Amino acid sequence: MKIRGISLVKKLLATALFAPLLAVASGPELHLDKAPVSTDPAALANGAKLFVNYCLNCHGASYMRYNRLQQIGLSESMIKDNLMFTADKIGEPMRIAMQREEAKVWFGAAPPDLTVIARSRASEFGSGADWLYTYLRGFYRDSERPTGWNNVIFENVGMPHVLYELQGEQVAKVTEADDGHGGKVKTIALEQGKPGKMSKEEYDKATADLVSYLVWMGEPMAETRKTIGTVVLAFLGLLFVLSYLLKKNYWKDIH
Amino acid sequence: MSVDQKVDGSRRQLLLVTSAAGGVAAAAAAVPFVASLTPSERAKAAGAPVEVDIGKLAPGEMMTVEWRGKPVWIINRTKEMLDSLKKTEGEVSDPNSDKPMQPEYAKNETRSIKPEILVAVGICTHLGCSPSDKFKTGADSGIAADWPGGFLCPCHGSTFDMAGRVYKSKPAPDNLEIPPHKYLSDAKILIGEDGKA
Amino acid sequence: MSKNSQSVMDWIDARFPLTSSIKGHLTEYYAPKNFNFWYFFGSLALLVLVLQIVTGIFLVMHYKPDASLNAAGVPVAFASVEYIMRDVPGGWLIRYMHSTGASAFFIVVYLHMFRGLLYGSYRKPRELIWVFGTLIFLALMAEAFMGYLLPWGQMSFWGAQVIVNLFSAIPVIGPDLSVVIRGDFVVSDATLNRFFSFHVIAVPLILIGLVAAHIVALHEVGSNNPDGVEIKKKKDARGIPLDGIPFHPYYTVKDIVGVVGFLIVFSFIVFFAPEGGGYFLEFNNFIPADPLKTPPHIAPVWYFTPFYSILRAVTYPLFGIDAKFWGVVAMGAAVVIIAFLPWLDRSPVKSIRYKGGLFKIILAVFVISFFILGYLGVLPPTPGRTLVSQICSVIYFAFFLLMPVYSKMDKTKPVPERVS
Repeated sequence: MKIRGISLVKKLLATALFAPLLAVASGPELHLDKAPVSTDPAALANGAKLFVNYCLNCHGASYMRYNRLQQIGLSESMIKDNLMFTADKIGEPMRIAMQREEAKVWFGAAPPDLTVIARSRASEFGSGADWLYTYLRGFYRDSERPTGWNNVIFENVGMPHVLYELQGEQVAKVTEADDGHGGKVKTIALEQGKPGKMSKEEYDKATADLVSYLVWMGEPMAETRKTIGTVVLAFLGLLFVLSYLLKKNYWKDIH
Repeated sequence: MSVDQKVDGSRRQLLLVTSAAGGVAAAAAAVPFVASLTPSERAKAAGAPVEVDIGKLAPGEMMTVEWRGKPVWIINRTKEMLDSLKKTEGEVSDPNSDKPMQPEYAKNETRSIKPEILVAVGICTHLGCSPSDKFKTGADSGIAADWPGGFLCPCHGSTFDMAGRVYKSKPAPDNLEIPPHKYLSDAKILIGEDGKA
Repeated sequence: MSKNSQSVMDWIDARFPLTSSIKGHLTEYYAPKNFNFWYFFGSLALLVLVLQIVTGIFLVMHYKPDASLNAAGVPVAFASVEYIMRDVPGGWLIRYMHSTGASAFFIVVYLHMFRGLLYGSYRKPRELIWVFGTLIFLALMAEAFMGYLLPWGQMSFWGAQVIVNLFSAIPVIGPDLSVVIRGDFVVSDATLNRFFSFHVIAVPLILIGLVAAHIVALHEVGSNNPDGVEIKKKKDARGIPLDGIPFHPYYTVKDIVGVVGFLIVFSFIVFFAPEGGGYFLEFNNFIPADPLKTPPHIAPVWYFTPFYSILRAVTYPLFGIDAKFWGVVAMGAAVVIIAFLPWLDRSPVKSIRYKGGLFKIILAVFVISFFILGYLGVLPPTPGRTLVSQICSVIYFAFFLLMPVYSKMDKTKPVPERVS
């Protein structure tokens, strides 16, 4: 009971101190869907396939070497035959042939390198994966845009909807509501228009796999890191006990 | 006194165990640092096998390709060049290629898989300069009146014959290195991999 | 010791003060026996310094300070960091140790400084130790700031842009000064190369020198302790302080416990949360520097934010010079004023244990406002937040400037003769 009392006081204090400051958040608030990120090799392999087929035409992944795909259970020949369209050696990184200057003319900005995109898109609103998952499922038709597409969380995005054939078309229903401070809040709801090759569930699964792959590619050693970390912490725990006993042994003469 | 000794004993043991565990931790901590000194993925990718098309390499011609940042020579030797190897046999220091400067399949008189095609790393075994080709024979070569054709290292004057064997009494200790290689087809060589490793 | 090794030691000692140094700094350096938890952070700061130097040496082998774009259109410097993270064996671990080490350095140093504040470690005769310490803190800030530019991400670039532009606020010479610092009219390849040079050579040399001076000064006068009692005043017949114990082995074995404890926390972050929730490695810094596009919200790394808040809190022009300049002055003064503590504190006692309620309340208010300043520094400013940061900045300076007054008024308790 006592502990709860203290934590309640703490909470109240924290709210009293910071609530008025937090109320004014930085920039537009983003509502992101939680991405079901997976480390399952099959999902990652499927994501890699989607990435190579749909993303790697305009976006490079210039720090990601093809042979690293072996880490997610793909064999060298599978990579060479099915995934390696932009290089001739398996040790080469995922580069693209498109010239940056041309790309700038076509899309308004050169498409960014995607190697660490999942790490860079994290924010106070959610992880980088959440952002990507929402983004890839958030394209809708907009006749006012040169590409014919717009996006719910990336307004006036330069990129067209490359997964269009899978998802089909979405149409935006814009509603405006009072925000309680005399202003208007614009909410965009998406509805399925012309259907694509995939059902909504299939498309969600496909984008989840693609996002999982992007997360993996952002830090391929993440799993190794955690495995080594567990061993290191266990050993340091042992060392802590030993050094503590040693200290006690020496210090028993000191009063 | 006996109590003191007992105390010292346990302290000594604890000190030993803790030092040993600390030593293990220090050694483990050194692993990433030592590992970072070894060739990176980029270096390994650059060191990957190289495919070479030798279909257009006429007899008597030589081409140079890069493998692991080193020049690799491919020479299509003429009949005369091959014949010269018989003459140089007595003048080179390791005529039978006894020293392990080549894969097993190139340990023969011509130091090659196919007699006419020589594949060799163009780095002098002395101090790492790249020798120049001196295929012209006799006085024309500017080396000696009886020069049978071969290679001359500009740095310290080591000379090699048409199979990359080093002449006696020269600074270079060994014959030129023959890299692992294999024929993918008659006109295609893969350098850096022989399928035996 | 065997006869042979004794003669080797004699040979060395005739030429170099080896045995006397070991005695003077370890086996016969007498430290107060009542050091508590707060006394771990000095040795930990030294550990982190060594860690940063060693990891830094290995990172320099692979890092390239080059702002030009490679074939894939990515700045070479940015790409070389990813090269370390992916292609260099063990490189990711070394890099995470270095990036986490930077934050760890400041955590440890802030706690070390707070210890000094608690127990009056800066008081006579330890004023110089404290001044050297403040200089170390300044050098550390410079080191961290210049190191942060090297990954050449968006935060690196725009952070450097903003901070270097601060110098342009100085009247008359300011604009030229900022150009000289950058070596260009914007933060560019020239800036990156000179910051690299300073980060890996100049500032570390200064840091090592200052740390040596800090320790030499400390060993000259001896350590303070949680009671603020001078142990040298009570000595036994052999001249050994009654409350002193040899640093080695007692404090070496104790500090090893602290080191392992620290390494557990440190390793947890390195292996399980190297981004530190976006505070140790900022998310925007995974985007290569783009001189044409400022990220929507830029904030300095967490360890600078209290001082950054003080900078932003100054919004009034004064004496005909605009607020920007006074903000810079306030920020600089906030760091420099720390060095004057030994002369601002007029309390008859050193340690908080014997100080009165007044000091304790003021210290608590100071610490809370320092945290609030730090918190506000990561948020974009709003009128409300600016007001809060102004109040906290005033508290920050009042803590120092009013100290001669309130430290005298404070009702202190009697200090014991010996440590408790």
